[in-house]
Amino acid sequence: MLELRGISKAFGGIRAVSNFSATVEKNKITGLIGPNGSGKTTLFNLITGFIQLDRGEIFFRRERIDGFPPHEIAHRGMIRTFQLSRLFPKMTVLENLLLAPQRQKGERLWILFLQRQKIRFEEKRNVEKALSLLEGVGLSSLKDELAENLSYGQQRLLEMIRLLMADPEMILLDEPTAGINPLMIRKIMDLILKMRELGKTFFIIEHNMDVIIECCDWVFVLDHGEKISEGTPPKIQNDPRVIEAYLGA
Amino acid sequence: MDLFLHLCIMSLIYIIFALSLNLEVGYTGLFNFGHVAFFGIGAYTSALLTLHHFPFEISLLMALFLSGVSGFLLSLPSLRLRGDFFGIATLGFGEIIRMAFQNEVWLTKGPMGLPGIPKPKLLSIRFATLPQYLLLTLGFATLTFLILRGIIRSPFGRVLKGIREDEIAAEALGKNVYRFRIKSFVVGSIFAGLAGVLWGHYTTFISPNDFTIIETVLVLLIVVLGGKGTEWGPILGAILLIFFQESLRFLRLPPEYSRYLAPLQQMIFGSLLILMMRFRPEGLIKERREHGCLS
Repeated sequence: MLELRGISKAFGGIRAVSNFSATVEKNKITGLIGPNGSGKTTLFNLITGFIQLDRGEIFFRRERIDGFPPHEIAHRGMIRTFQLSRLFPKMTVLENLLLAPQRQKGERLWILFLQRQKIRFEEKRNVEKALSLLEGVGLSSLKDELAENLSYGQQRLLEMIRLLMADPEMILLDEPTAGINPLMIRKIMDLILKMRELGKTFFIIEHNMDVIIECCDWVFVLDHGEKISEGTPPKIQNDPRVIEAYLGA
Repeated sequence: MDLFLHLCIMSLIYIIFALSLNLEVGYTGLFNFGHVAFFGIGAYTSALLTLHHFPFEISLLMALFLSGVSGFLLSLPSLRLRGDFFGIATLGFGEIIRMAFQNEVWLTKGPMGLPGIPKPKLLSIRFATLPQYLLLTLGFATLTFLILRGIIRSPFGRVLKGIREDEIAAEALGKNVYRFRIKSFVVGSIFAGLAGVLWGHYTTFISPNDFTIIETVLVLLIVVLGGKGTEWGPILGAILLIFFQESLRFLRLPPEYSRYLAPLQQMIFGSLLILMMRFRPEGLIKERREHGCLS
């Protein structure tokens, strides 16, 4: 699904990511772990086009995507979330969801006044889908609330179902469970597992080992921008290099 | 009575001008400090063409076209810049356009200005008297309001608001932020041009001094005072400020004081802006939570 070949990025003298290669398999949940500052988020920024690579190649569904702007990559079916939730704070919960579907007819200025019927129809379908997704996670009573008024856990949940609205093939999650309560973590994990069953591919940065062990099929470990290990979660847990990187022993 | 009609016409022209800026400032989050440039381009284009005996319909269309094109050309480089830097670039553009009006004497007669701009004749109806002109501006203002509202309430407008709220999140969700901003800016420029056309044919005399930064400040104040990012805010703001500004002009003061009027007015506007920012930054009308659906 996603193939990274020798990608490198330096900020001044700091090598944030160096010569990283990896393959993320279709319909799998792949984890990315490493100590703070090891380059995980930078790697995500590189994959999704928010930062340009110094060296290397990125292939997504056999197409080379490095150098593409972020919206082009999103159009091709890969959407990410951020470490801190990034909703549209002064817009309603429903509006936040309605922004997600790709290539909406009504987002094209020149046909706004010409194809009103078609746009209305598309809009109606999107609203219905959004409402049923909100229903599914128990947020439907908040649909007209401004996103900024939601609790942090609710915001993260909303972000997850916004991904479902966007309906990408592959989803990159940057610490989806950081800073939220165990009940909400459970809800988010269930959503991830359910989406995997629907055929989605995941690449997840996560510090919570329980989440990694339960969800991930394969894990990459990053330290100082380099891949120090990869394997199944149990194998990773017992890898002395990983333990050393984390504990600094 | 004539004074009242005059105030209504001026308000309607500034309503169009403010609505166009509201699309950029209020809905897209683009702080445009050179909006008067497009007002001026519209006014000059239509004035020059009608003075050269082109029919008003063609002059109007050319004026809108040129405002849109210049908006597009300015947006290409300047919208690559972030927030404050974009504001500075537009500020510069506003001054450049004014200097062009002033110095391209062969075309604009420079500081002499263009006198005798004819009253418009649209579809063989002449809009010469005050009530007639009021009708014309009312028609255009209504049209502007409906078109811009249609844009704002559409999924396209929703993306603009999303960009205003968090451009990175919008980009991550597959929205081409740069392109959306350009479109918003071009539409805003076109309607600013329309306001300029109506103003030029109304006063019948324009000169470079009519298009200074003060005009941008005034229209920005209208939008902020009324409530940016609301459908009715700029309308309320325009009526309040234009009635206030124009009525000061008719204040009967002894001649030795009247020269203080213009600076006084600017001081009042300045203090008003500061007070609004401090005590009611959202404007007189607060942004409503609107449903994303098409009306």
